[in-house]
Amino acid sequence: MKTPMPFVWKRLLTISCLLICLLLPVMFLGLCAGSSGTQFTAVYDALTGSGKTDSMLHDIIWRIRFPRVMLALLVGSTLSLGGLVFQALLRNPLAEPYILGISGGSAIGAIIGILAGLSRFPGVSLIAFAGSISTLLVILFVTSGQSMVKKDILLLSGVMVNAFCSAVIMFLVSITQDTRLHSIIFWLMGDLSIAETGQVWILLLMLFPCFILLFLLSHPMNLLLLGREIAQTTGINIMGVTMALLITTSFMVSATVSYCGLIGFVGLVVPHFLRLLLGPDHRILVPACVLGGGAYLVLCDMLARVLPEQGEMPVGIITAMVGAPIFIYLLKRSKA
Amino acid sequence: MAAIDIHNIVHSYGHRPVLEDISLSIPIGSFFIIIGPNGSGKTTLMKTISRIETPQNGRIKILERPIQSYTRKHLAKTISWVPQTIPIDFPFTVMEVILMGRAPHQGILGIENQHDFKIVKDAMKFVGVEHLAERKMDQLSGGERQRVYIAKALCQEPKILLLDEPTASLDLAHQVRIMDLMERLKTEKGVTIVMVSHDVNLAALYADHLLLLKDGKIVKTGSSDQVLTCRTLEDTYGCKLLIDKNPLGELPRIGLVPDKFKVNEKKDVKLF
Repeated sequence: MKTPMPFVWKRLLTISCLLICLLLPVMFLGLCAGSSGTQFTAVYDALTGSGKTDSMLHDIIWRIRFPRVMLALLVGSTLSLGGLVFQALLRNPLAEPYILGISGGSAIGAIIGILAGLSRFPGVSLIAFAGSISTLLVILFVTSGQSMVKKDILLLSGVMVNAFCSAVIMFLVSITQDTRLHSIIFWLMGDLSIAETGQVWILLLMLFPCFILLFLLSHPMNLLLLGREIAQTTGINIMGVTMALLITTSFMVSATVSYCGLIGFVGLVVPHFLRLLLGPDHRILVPACVLGGGAYLVLCDMLARVLPEQGEMPVGIITAMVGAPIFIYLLKRSKA
Repeated sequence: MAAIDIHNIVHSYGHRPVLEDISLSIPIGSFFIIIGPNGSGKTTLMKTISRIETPQNGRIKILERPIQSYTRKHLAKTISWVPQTIPIDFPFTVMEVILMGRAPHQGILGIENQHDFKIVKDAMKFVGVEHLAERKMDQLSGGERQRVYIAKALCQEPKILLLDEPTASLDLAHQVRIMDLMERLKTEKGVTIVMVSHDVNLAALYADHLLLLKDGKIVKTGSSDQVLTCRTLEDTYGCKLLIDKNPLGELPRIGLVPDKFKVNEKKDVKLF
């Protein structure tokens, strides 16, 4: 044996440091970019508090851009982790909450909540959670037993669940006749513009314990990839781990969907690239997805704010434009 | 002392009975091979022993203790199971897969210490895959892969090793290599080997005890002389067989008899 496998903590630390070094400049860029122009020095001044910035710009940076960057970070982390967990559970590198229709399910719940005039938290989030759990049950029922691992059945049932969800969503949208329509449609395409500091804090408090829990379950996830029987005879409580993973992930995804709508393919793109770079060990991948997924969505959101000449576009458009071709590429490669 | 004691277990999938009232005892340190036609319940029997399946009725004792009294981790340190195939959709290296065998000895995050690495190294040496340590699983041949699964199972430091047709789909050289490895494991480390096999001849060559199953019932159990008689095998498998003495020693050798060699006898397959 030429090179012994690196000690996992050391590796984790190195990779986390590298990713943080990537994340921080991306966040800085995210703070700099906006519809009111790009100002590097002003943001630097505002961050270091050197006092030369005018108060308007200071407000824009701290009250509007900062929560938005934080929201993008949290949502990116969550969606990447969601993809990672579903890929491990279904042993299918193409699985992702959006593709499986789980995001769609929570969107139905969230729209019902919004139309009923509930607050984002806890009202909308809870109904969204109920929606995601119900779609999850439908998918697990359709793909129950052996076929769970078969790619075609899983993807097809995801497509159908998604089609059904969009129909319900469109139905709900079409019976809505007032000013809420525009914001709902924007939200559906994946929108990070609602960010407010208070809400970002609530989301962080909801998501952070989930991140920790997923990290604690990362080694059992590795074993799950060797098959249920192997995992079980290596001392893993399969039922317990699977249920914990499914419920945690659905909760996280529905929380982010109720805040930011449908942002697709993040859970496909980020875990795929990180797995290519870092290998399939989930003890590394879970923290890497939190940092890398966050950075990815902050970057996408920055593009969504900078690219249009006037206003901004929903970030879901960018992620889908990047993600869908990658999905097709992966599908083609997995068939080969 | 018995490594595994099974009393009257009954198991069915839905309404289809798979195991009907099976009782047997597997002595510690023996090489025990389960044979039988397709669908006779061999794999299910192994799954009940490894607690992947819980039988609807009956008792199983592992090392004189009821199987239910073991915690998951304790059971994983006592029995390890080598399946026919392990999914390789995700590109783990050989080293990573074998290290996962240490899971029952580790905490929840599976942090490896020097002792774990030493055991993994020894296991790789024992099965002869050291040179493959950094290779990805999907770059291995069938025989290499099977040896990696065995090394992973050995890292659990089990007293009993269960294998589900480890030689299926392997060529002759790899078959004998895997079986010799099991023989060494039994004699050098005192591990009890329980194996499901399709190959009656391999079973005759290696097994201390044989179990012949058909339709979820025990046809016969005992040494290879007692189980592998012409009458028993022909009745169980439902085909004509030729059994003679193996030139290697006092062992039966089983051969197939194709239709074209059958004389003065009703042929099994009638053509029109």
